[in-house]
Amino acid sequence: MPADTPAPGPEQAYFDALADGRFMLQHCGACGRSVFYPRAICPHCGADALTWREASGRGTVHATSVVRRRPEQGPPYNVALIDLAEGPRMMSRVETIAPEAVRIGMAVTAVIDRSGDAPVVVFHPAGGGA
Amino acid sequence: MSGLRGAASIVGAGTYGLGEAPGQSELEITAGAVKAALDDAGLGTADVDGVFCASMTYNMGSLTLCEYLGIAPKFSDSSMIGGSSNLAHLLTAMMAIATGQCDVALVAYGSNQRSASGRLVSTSRPDPFESPYGPRQPITSYALAASRHMHEYGTTREQLAEVATAARAWAALNPDAFLREPLSVADVLAARPISDPFTVRDCCLVTDGGGAVILTSPERARDLPRPPVPVLGGAMAHWHRAITNMPDLTVTAASESGPRACAMAGVSTSDIDLVEVYDAFTINTVVFLEDLGFCAKGEGGAFVEDGAIAPGGRLVVNTNGGGLSCCHPGMYGIFPLIEAVRQLRGDCGERQQPDPEIALAHGNGGLFSSQVTLILGTDATL
Repeated sequence: MPADTPAPGPEQAYFDALADGRFMLQHCGACGRSVFYPRAICPHCGADALTWREASGRGTVHATSVVRRRPEQGPPYNVALIDLAEGPRMMSRVETIAPEAVRIGMAVTAVIDRSGDAPVVVFHPAGGGA
Repeated sequence: MSGLRGAASIVGAGTYGLGEAPGQSELEITAGAVKAALDDAGLGTADVDGVFCASMTYNMGSLTLCEYLGIAPKFSDSSMIGGSSNLAHLLTAMMAIATGQCDVALVAYGSNQRSASGRLVSTSRPDPFESPYGPRQPITSYALAASRHMHEYGTTREQLAEVATAARAWAALNPDAFLREPLSVADVLAARPISDPFTVRDCCLVTDGGGAVILTSPERARDLPRPPVPVLGGAMAHWHRAITNMPDLTVTAASESGPRACAMAGVSTSDIDLVEVYDAFTINTVVFLEDLGFCAKGEGGAFVEDGAIAPGGRLVVNTNGGGLSCCHPGMYGIFPLIEAVRQLRGDCGERQQPDPEIALAHGNGGLFSSQVTLILGTDATL
C-alpha cells in the first residue's frame, strides 16, 4: 500500500464508524468548518486537514417531502433535508411521527437506524416527542 | 459584450419521434432529428465537421453518433451535465466555430425513454448519502426545493399548478405536443400524488423524441435557405450536483448564467420577447423566472397567477407546451432551444408570436444543478 493512501478513505471510514454506532462528521483544521458528506479535501477551503469528530446529533428540518406510492408498493414515507447543528446539511428521514407531520424548522435528534441492510442516520423529533 | 457574441448562427433545427416512437432505437430517433435539421439547413452529413451529443445511455455519445451517421469530425464533445448539456454544447460549438476548430456544428439528442421504459439503466453510481433514504429521483429533490420555496415565500400549491395549466394551454396550440386536452388547477391538485407537494401533473412527461440543431458562422449562415438565428449570448453555471448540497434551495445558478448571458448579448430582460425554460417540474418555471430576472426572488408564484404565462398572458413562456405538456424524452434541454429558433423564424403556426426578435432559452440539468442560458436573436439583432 502506498504510504500516502492509508486505507480506508473518508467515505469508508464514515460507514465503518456508523457500523460501530458512531455518527461522525469531518472538521477542517485549516478553516474550522464542518464537512458532510465525508471528503478527502475540504470543500470550503481546499485544505487536506480534515479530522473526525462525533456529531452532536442535533438538527433542524430544512426541507421535507412525502414520497407517495401505489398502495401495493407500501405506505408513504418521509424524505427530509436536515441542517446539522455543526453546519452541514444531510438527506435523511424523520421517524416516529406521520411523514406529512414533519415540518420545516422542527428540531430533531439523530438516531442510528439498524433495521435495514446497512446502518443509516435517521432523525426523531427532539425531546422524543411524537 | 463579448467577442463570442454572434460568433455562430443556428441555420437548421429539427425534431423527430416526439411523444411515442415505438420500435425506434435511441440512435434511430436521434438520426431522424439530425436528418430533419440538416434538411432544414440545406446541408448534408458530409458538411458537418463538429458533433456534439450527450446521451442518457451512451457515455461516449459523440463517438456513437458520429459512427452511426458516418461523420469523421474535426471536433466533438460528449459532455454530460444533465438536461442542460445540449445548450452547453451550443456554447462550446460557438467557441469551436469562432476558433476554427470546426465550420459546421451539429448538436443532437434523442431518447426512446417512453417506449423503452423499464429497459433503461442509469449509468450513474447511486449517491451513498442520499439513496438509502429512498428519494424518488429526480422528483423528490425538486419537491424538497418546492417545500422550501413554499415555506420561505408563501408560494402555494395553486400557484405551482398554474405553471402546469399554462403549459397545457400552450400545448393545445402545438400539434406536436403529447398532451393537449384541457387541464385545470383542480385537475393538477387532484392528480396522483408522487412526492409532496407534487402530483403527477407537476412533473414532466416521459416521452420519446429527438432534436437537433445545426450551427455555422454568421457569414456562411447567410448563404443558407432559412433565416439565420444568431446566438447573441450564452453562459453556464453550476453550484452543486445533489439537492442536499444546493447552497440555497430557492436560488439556482440560473441567477448567474442568466445575467452573464444577457450581458454577453447586450440585452436586458425587458428586451426579451419570449422565454423558453426547462420545466421539468412546476417549481422550475417559478424559480427560473425569478433567477433569470423576470420577477423578484420569492414573487414567482404570484407572477404566474391568473394565466400570466399562458397564451395571452403578460410574459410569453414555453410556447411549445414545455416538458410538462409537449415532450420530455429523458433530457429536455434541446427542445426549448428549438422552440426559440422556430419562434424567431416564424415557423410556429397557431402559437406563433408576432415578429419576436430576441428569445431566451434556458436549460437545467441534474437536481436544479447545471444551468445554461442562451440568448438568440434574428439577423437584424446581430
